[in-house]
Amino acid sequence: MNILYFAWMREHTGCASEEIDLPDGVSTVADLVPHLASRSDGHATALRNLKTVRVAVNRTYGALDTQISQGDEVAFFPPVTGG
Amino acid sequence: MIEPVNSAAADVSISTADFDAGVEIEKLRRAGVGAIATFSGIVRNDAETPGLIAMTLEHFPGMTEQEIQSIIDQARRRWPLTAVKVIHRVGRLLPQENIVFVGTASAHRQSAFDSASFIMDYLKTRAPFWKKEETSSGAQWVEARETDDIALQKWVEPR
Repeated sequence: MNILYFAWMREHTGCASEEIDLPDGVSTVADLVPHLASRSDGHATALRNLKTVRVAVNRTYGALDTQISQGDEVAFFPPVTGG
Repeated sequence: MIEPVNSAAADVSISTADFDAGVEIEKLRRAGVGAIATFSGIVRNDAETPGLIAMTLEHFPGMTEQEIQSIIDQARRRWPLTAVKVIHRVGRLLPQENIVFVGTASAHRQSAFDSASFIMDYLKTRAPFWKKEETSSGAQWVEARETDDIALQKWVEPR
């Protein structure tokens, strides 16, 4: 599955996207977060405070309890500031 | 060449290129209705943000267009709109450069005004864009404003 990071989250993780295999026992975004946070110190920093993080699964807004499966695109980003 | 005014594909444009609000208004006029409302967002000048050198806008290609189109579709269901255009720039922008344009065309002014305001309020809270400000003291990501969420509340329809 493809994981995307934007804005300051991308700066912390050091990558805009990464391919991973759905870890065993992961069925929601919340389940996935600890696996991603363990990838590097930067990942841990980016995902430290989930209150400041938004999630989109396959380009649709989701939440921590959104179900995910292998092949999904999961994007993490800060609250938006366009306009 | 006359461009189609009702084509969904033409409703949203995300680009590094500048736009000309006058040209966009002329295109909306082709809808042949009685009212056009527009909003232009511009990078603030030095007086508002001391030391601002530039602003860099990042977005989520694909999701951005989809979210804005969904906002436009909601506006079209709510108001009788003949044409809608949303342009949002990305990349590095200098003070006083254009950032965003929203234009709506309708038979009457209230629909045009209200739908343009609705689209901007939703765009600010839903469309995946992020601004990074470059100032003389460094660069930092702009934080989301609570007032933008409050602005949405006026559009909640009574059940």
